[in-house]
Amino acid sequence: MKTPYLRAKRDVAENLYAAHNRALVALARRDARIVSCYGDFPPGEVGEVFAKECPDRFLDVGIAEGHLITSAAGLAGAGFIPFTHCHGIFGLGRAYNQIRHNVAYDERNVKVVLCNCGVIWGGLGPSHQVIEDLAALRAIPKLVILSPADAVSCEKATYAAAEYPGPVILRLPSTGDAHTTIYTNDLAYQIGKAICLREGKDATILAAGILVSDALTVAEEMERSGVSVRILDVHTIKPLDEDAILQAARETGALVTVEDATILGGLGGAVAELTAERCPVFVRRVGVRDRFGDSGTAAQVKAECQLTPPFIRESLEEVLKAKARRVK
Amino acid sequence: MANEALVKELEARAKKLRRESLLVMKEMGAGWLGGSLSEADVVTALLFYRMRHDPTKPGWPERDRLIISKGHSCEIVYAAVAEAGYIPKEELKTYSHPRARLQTHVNIKTPGIDYSGGSLGLGLSFAVGSAAGAYMHATDANLAAPSRRHPAKYRVYCVVGDGESNEGQVWEAAASASHHRLDNLTAILDHNRFQSTGATSKKLDMLSFVDKFRSFGWEVREIDGNDMRAIVEALDWAVTVQDKPQAIIAHTIKGKGIPAYENTNCHFMKITDEVLRIGQEALKD
Repeated sequence: MKTPYLRAKRDVAENLYAAHNRALVALARRDARIVSCYGDFPPGEVGEVFAKECPDRFLDVGIAEGHLITSAAGLAGAGFIPFTHCHGIFGLGRAYNQIRHNVAYDERNVKVVLCNCGVIWGGLGPSHQVIEDLAALRAIPKLVILSPADAVSCEKATYAAAEYPGPVILRLPSTGDAHTTIYTNDLAYQIGKAICLREGKDATILAAGILVSDALTVAEEMERSGVSVRILDVHTIKPLDEDAILQAARETGALVTVEDATILGGLGGAVAELTAERCPVFVRRVGVRDRFGDSGTAAQVKAECQLTPPFIRESLEEVLKAKARRVK
Repeated sequence: MANEALVKELEARAKKLRRESLLVMKEMGAGWLGGSLSEADVVTALLFYRMRHDPTKPGWPERDRLIISKGHSCEIVYAAVAEAGYIPKEELKTYSHPRARLQTHVNIKTPGIDYSGGSLGLGLSFAVGSAAGAYMHATDANLAAPSRRHPAKYRVYCVVGDGESNEGQVWEAAASASHHRLDNLTAILDHNRFQSTGATSKKLDMLSFVDKFRSFGWEVREIDGNDMRAIVEALDWAVTVQDKPQAIIAHTIKGKGIPAYENTNCHFMKITDEVLRIGQEALKD
C-alpha cells in the first residue's frame, strides 16, 4: 500500500532547524505567548529571523544553559510558551537538573529544542555530539520527546509542541546541514502516533530522526530481494506508540531499531523493554554502540559509528535469520 | 520612615508565624529550623506588607511573585501562605504527607507559591524569567532597547540563601538580570552564615555579597534582616530603583527567635517534644 504523504522521490534536502524556525515565527505572529530563548546558539541568519520579527519575545541569555532552562521555566510560569535553543549536549549535560526540576517536575510549558544531536554532523567532534539524550531524558517523568525525521515533520512537530500544554523536548540534528525530505506537506502528524511509511510482513524497522530516510532505502533494497519490510517512523520517543510497536512485533516477529544515538536506553532500549515484557520477539539495535563519536565529516563519522545503510541491512538480515531459526 | 504601628504589627505576625512553623516541622518530626526562622521576618514583610497579591486569586496574572530559592526553608512559607488565606490552616497538618500539596520543599502545588524549590541555586534564574515576562507585552520593545514603552506588569521577589550562592547558576542569573535591566526584580539574600554542614565561611567563603552583586550591576543595600523596620524600609527603597535589579543583603541569625539555637548550626534538626517546648516558650507573646 502506498503511503499518501510520502514523497515519490527523495531528491530534496532541507534544514530541519530552518523548518522549525519557520514554524516558530509563524506561531509567534499569531500567538503573543510564544517566546524564543537562546544560549548563544545556534549562530547564523535562521534564528535572527525570529529576533527581527519579534524582538520583544526574543531572549538570548548567553552561554549559560542551566540559566536558559530555568529562566524559560520562569517565563512559562508567567504564562508564556518559551522555546529554548542550545547545543543538545549542553542542554542535556549542563541543564539536566534544570530540565528535571524546573521543567518536568512542575510540568512547565517549556519547549526545549536540542540542536546538533547525534553524531552525524561531524563538525565539532565528540565533545559536541550528544548520544545519550534520549536515554537520559526518557527516564524523566512527564516529558514528551520528539525526534523528527525531516523538515516537513519537524515543522509539524514544532506546531504540535506549541499546542501541547506541557514540557516537550524537540531533538534536532545538525543545524548547519540539510537532510533528505521524505514527507509531503499533507503529512498527518500527531504526537505519540508512529507513522507507518511502508507496510511489510517479514520484519519491521523502527527508526527515529534523520535515519528514517536510510531505513526506507534499506527496505526498498530488501524488497528487491523478496523481503517485505515495514517501516515505522517513531518520531515520538515518549510517549511511545506501544500499540504500533506491539502490532509490528506480533505481525512481523523481527524488529530493528535505528537512531543516531546510543543503543543504550534510547529508542532501541524503549522497544526492547516494551517487547520483552509484552511480546518477546527478536530485536536488533542500530545506533552508536557504547562509544563516543569522532571527528570528521558527517559521512565519515556516520560510517565510523556504523550508522549507514549497510549496517542497517546487516542487522535486518541477522534478525531475519534468528526469526527463521525459531520458526524451524 | 516606616510607621510604628505597621512595624509592630508585622513583628507580631512574624512571631506568630515562627510558632506555627515549628508545628509544621513537628509534622515531619524534623525541619529546617535555622533557615525558616532566619528568613521569617523577610517573608512576613513581603507577604503581609510589600507584595501586591490576592489570596482569593492565586493565579492572578499581575500578582507579584514570591520565589523562595532556598526551598528547604519551607515551613515558615507554608505557615505564611496559610496565614494569608491561600490555604486552610488545617492543611498545615498535612505537611510532608504523601500526596499532600505541602511537599517537603516549597512546591507550586500549594496556592500562593510560585516556585518549587529543592534543587539549590536555581530560583534566581526562575525569577529572571518571571521578571522578564512582566515586561513582555505583545507590542513591547526589545528588553535591551534603551526605552521601554510599558511598565512591568508585576514585581518579582526572590529569597536566596547564602549557602546556595555557592552554586554558579546564581551568578549566571545575577548577570542576566542586570543585562536585561530587570528593575522589577528584588533579590533578598538571607545571610544567616550557616549551610547544611557548617559555617558558610568554612565551607566556601563567598566574601562580600555586596561587592558581588554590585559588580554584576545591581543596586545593593545591606540591612539587619531580622529588623522589621529595616526590612520594610529596604523593600520600599527597592521599588524606587529604575533600570537595575536590587539586592538586599539581609544579615540574619540562623534560628532567630529561639535563643537556645540562635547562631548554631541548626540547619536541619529533629523536632522532638522538647525542642518544640523550648521553641514555643521562647516565641510566646
